[in-house]
Amino acid sequence: MPDSDRKDNDSAAWRQSLDAYRAALACGFPQVGEVFDDCMHDALTVLSPAGVSAYLDTGRFLGGMGRGVEPVLTFLEEWPPIARTLGEEALPAIAATIRELSKSPNAKAITPFLQTLAAVARRLPSRPQIQRYLDLTLEFAARTTGSIHGIHQTFASPGLPEFFAQAPTLLDNLAIAGLRTWVDYGIRNYHQHPERQRDYFSLRSADSRAVLQRERHGTLLVDHERLLDLYLRALWHDSAQLVPYPTDGEQSPPATPYYDAGGIRLPDVLDEQHGVSAIDCYRAMLAHIAGHRRWSQPMFADNISPMQRLAVEVFEDSRIEALVLRRYPGLRRTFLALHPAPVEGDCDPQNTSCLRHRLAMLSRALLDAAHGYHDAELRKFVGHFHETMAAGDSSSEEIATLALAYIARTRCQSDQLAKVHFADTEIAYRDDNRHLWRFHERSDDEEMFDEHRPTAEVAEPDRLPPRHYPEWDYQSESYRPDWVSLYESLHPAGNAADIDRLLEKHAALARRLKRLLDLLKPQEKQRIRYQEDGSELDLDVAIRSLIDFKGGATADPRINMSHRSSGRNLAVFLLLDLSQSLADKVKLASGGEQSILELSQEAVSLLAWSIEQLGDPFAIAGFHSDTRHDVRYLHLKGYSERWGDLVKGRLAAMQAGYSTRMGAAMRHAAHYLAAQKAEKKLLLVLTDGQPADVDVHDDRLLIEDARKSVEELDQQGIFSYCISLDRKADEYVSDIFGRRYSVIDRVERLPERLPELFMALTR
Amino acid sequence: MTDKTQFMVVDEPFYQQQGNEVALYEAAYAARLPVMVKGPTGCGKSRFIEYMAWKLGRPLITVACNEDMTASDLVGRYLLEADGTRWLDGPLTTAARIGAICYLDEVVEARQDTTVVIHPLTDHRRTLPLDKKGELIRAHADFQLVISYNPGYQSLMKDLKQSTKQRFTAFDFDYPEAALETAIVVSESGIDQATAAQLISIGAAARRLKGHGLDEGISTRLLVYAATLIKGGVDARDACRMALVRPITDDRDIRDTLDHAIEATFAQAS
Ligand SMILES: Nc1ncnc2c1ncn2[C@@H]1O[C@H](COP(=O)(O)OP(=O)(O)OP(=O)(O)O)[C@@H](O)[C@H]1O
Ligand SMILES: [Mg+2]
Repeated sequence: MPDSDRKDNDSAAWRQSLDAYRAALACGFPQVGEVFDDCMHDALTVLSPAGVSAYLDTGRFLGGMGRGVEPVLTFLEEWPPIARTLGEEALPAIAATIRELSKSPNAKAITPFLQTLAAVARRLPSRPQIQRYLDLTLEFAARTTGSIHGIHQTFASPGLPEFFAQAPTLLDNLAIAGLRTWVDYGIRNYHQHPERQRDYFSLRSADSRAVLQRERHGTLLVDHERLLDLYLRALWHDSAQLVPYPTDGEQSPPATPYYDAGGIRLPDVLDEQHGVSAIDCYRAMLAHIAGHRRWSQPMFADNISPMQRLAVEVFEDSRIEALVLRRYPGLRRTFLALHPAPVEGDCDPQNTSCLRHRLAMLSRALLDAAHGYHDAELRKFVGHFHETMAAGDSSSEEIATLALAYIARTRCQSDQLAKVHFADTEIAYRDDNRHLWRFHERSDDEEMFDEHRPTAEVAEPDRLPPRHYPEWDYQSESYRPDWVSLYESLHPAGNAADIDRLLEKHAALARRLKRLLDLLKPQEKQRIRYQEDGSELDLDVAIRSLIDFKGGATADPRINMSHRSSGRNLAVFLLLDLSQSLADKVKLASGGEQSILELSQEAVSLLAWSIEQLGDPFAIAGFHSDTRHDVRYLHLKGYSERWGDLVKGRLAAMQAGYSTRMGAAMRHAAHYLAAQKAEKKLLLVLTDGQPADVDVHDDRLLIEDARKSVEELDQQGIFSYCISLDRKADEYVSDIFGRRYSVIDRVERLPERLPELFMALTR
Repeated sequence: MTDKTQFMVVDEPFYQQQGNEVALYEAAYAARLPVMVKGPTGCGKSRFIEYMAWKLGRPLITVACNEDMTASDLVGRYLLEADGTRWLDGPLTTAARIGAICYLDEVVEARQDTTVVIHPLTDHRRTLPLDKKGELIRAHADFQLVISYNPGYQSLMKDLKQSTKQRFTAFDFDYPEAALETAIVVSESGIDQATAAQLISIGAAARRLKGHGLDEGISTRLLVYAATLIKGGVDARDACRMALVRPITDDRDIRDTLDHAIEATFAQAS
């Protein structure tokens, strides 16, 4: 089938499925029609088929609630980005909250609730955290609704909509437990006073601010992710998603760190403890976990009693720490400060179970040579432990044997008592060791293959016939000829003034860049002094030289100068990855948040403006893809076009969608760059993720193809350089670009970093 | 003719081999092939060439290239004197005449025209035209050209032209692996093995951050500096912050992380 036919069929099929989705939503508001296609595009890139039907179900419910178009409209737009942060599995809990609200007089608050939920989710990016927020919401509603002057359940909660509006700001400063305390204070004091309640929850009243300040303490994990990420990389050569879990005083026993396939889970907020700063506490947790990840081997737990398991865990934790301290002896002070020092004899074995106390003492003694305990059995096993460790790293298995021997030697009747001595036995920086145990009965094969693929194609009747590009198949080490169809089209235009506004916002930065640019800018005629041969005599130098000569010294013969016009002979191409992930938001240091797309627009505008100042020939294009049959290449600025309203307009209309088939786009860009006459050619690729596409299941394939295209470009004398916004880029970006890449960890600095990088590259 | 003894490397320089580069270099020299040594700053490129010159018993003429350098600075020029002018050979010409190894350190720094004058010396012609003097020098049979080049510049403008690159055989250096680097630091500074190993592990930590806000990791050279300071009595932590961290970064998160690596690496006196 010729490609064009295939396309038409696909487009028709796509239209049909959209109509089906629309029918499932069963909602006739015309405003919904306007955004529905876009919402579905977005939804299909994040949601599974089951997730899509849950999405439409909830939408249908909101549309049929009889509260107008706002709730359903907000939900349709907000849910896909929320699902991107929390996972689609978060929907049932959220939908339940919405239903609760709809049954109360607070249905009006549903829209405000949904409006800030995406921002709230970014501050509370794990499901247990968001659950606390939902619980708090319902509790708030229940406690502030309707009981004014005894009239029951007729008035809506006055404070609730205000609270939703403030929630992102509050969560910039508070962990979920702090938020709860703040809410609680407001409700207790003002549930009878609608006006004052509103003042409190909109953060207008003095006591509202004062309580916020009081509750604001500690170090929030979300604010230090990069620092901890660097720590894990630099000291442990490890990297993982850091996922916060909610902490509050009420819980007992308190939650502990842990890790699983989803990442490393750490408390959402920490305070300084025993003289150890919050950041160093986080680092201690990460050191312990990184040690497990490096040195622990899982064991079968089926034949071990809970008591034995506890002992094995303590010995294994101590082994891990001994190994950690071999690498980083400076951490001993931190561990000693954070590890409890149980007092010998504090626990009475006559009437209490002392197992935990005994093990905590042992753990202390294994860490602290100056433990001063007298117990003979303990001292003996401390000796055994150190002998075992002296031989090498030991192993989880070996240390477990020692732990079982210890339990056997020290077991006593009272260990079984229900009354347990807990004081000084919590070692808070250690994880819960769930990774250490395997159970025979559970099947490990939980991997579910999800064949869901978001099909999304837009009818674009007026596009040019495709160009075909090969793709590199690294497994067979050969090209698949004409494998990819690339459609080039003009990027649709938007409002150029939007870009001017972005540039205005960066006026101060532009001034600073201007100074740097002036240094780089080729002077109309650049004078090159100190030449032996040149077009003109350099009088100053000549006279100095003559004086030297007359004085009998050796004269400098470099008394001429010559002129050179434009020193820069360089053509630049900027290729933008416009895939879906660009729509993600990042939090700004200044508070608030911004989408990566908008930051990219700012950065690209500043770069374009900078290059225009320098006068280098410059082109811009964007790309995204939806299978090999449809790589879209969007022309934003050609070499012959000026940086003016036309180009700005296109840039303003930039949108995120689909996937990243990088190789084909680079080959196509290269074909324009190759036609330029400049001596040096630079292709800048700005991307936020690894090459991938929905029809490719082997992660390496498109990485290898992109690497191959870089090689091809090299052959053509094109220098390619990647600017990646993906913190995890290390795993693949150097495979593609060698050393020619930078990762921008702090995306919010992209607008200044991009022009700076360009200048550094071409200095 | 210039006295070549002044260019001889008299004492054996300490060079820690990383692989079979010494044998490979000898083979390249035997065939008089031009050599390019690539690698990040401070990883031992200059030291390697110095060692090879010593081992082969050839004089070594090193030219540190800079952006003001022109072709005449390499080739030579007429000097004006009281009784007329006198030609003075540049270092490249001298090397070609006496049969030395000529090492152009960081060639990419020099102006474009300088890279062109080396072309005829690098192919079968092995000649060097002195245009101003009207002389064509045939290189001495022992002459060899070596250039060094740090691709980590990440600058397009300072990349060598393909036509230049393709005239050289190349060695790709990187920072030595931990055991070798420890041996180097011990030998260069005289500190003990254990402290050297600690320095190396801090270096390794920093190198893992390359691309995450660091352009280059900590070089072997800086590690030797830190070791030298420690040997001179400076507190290890101070020495590391001063020689390893402060020179390479202004990024706060990275500085904090590396400072923490230093604190974690050295046991505190309790
Ligand atoms: N293999 C090695 N053997 C001995 N010393 C070494 C070795 N590698 C590095 N060094 C030490 O590192 C220092 C720096 O090495 P060198 O000057 O050769 O670096 P380079 O690669 O030429 O750096 P640059 O690109 O900055 O010129 C040397 O002075 C030496 O102390
Ligand atoms: Mg050097």
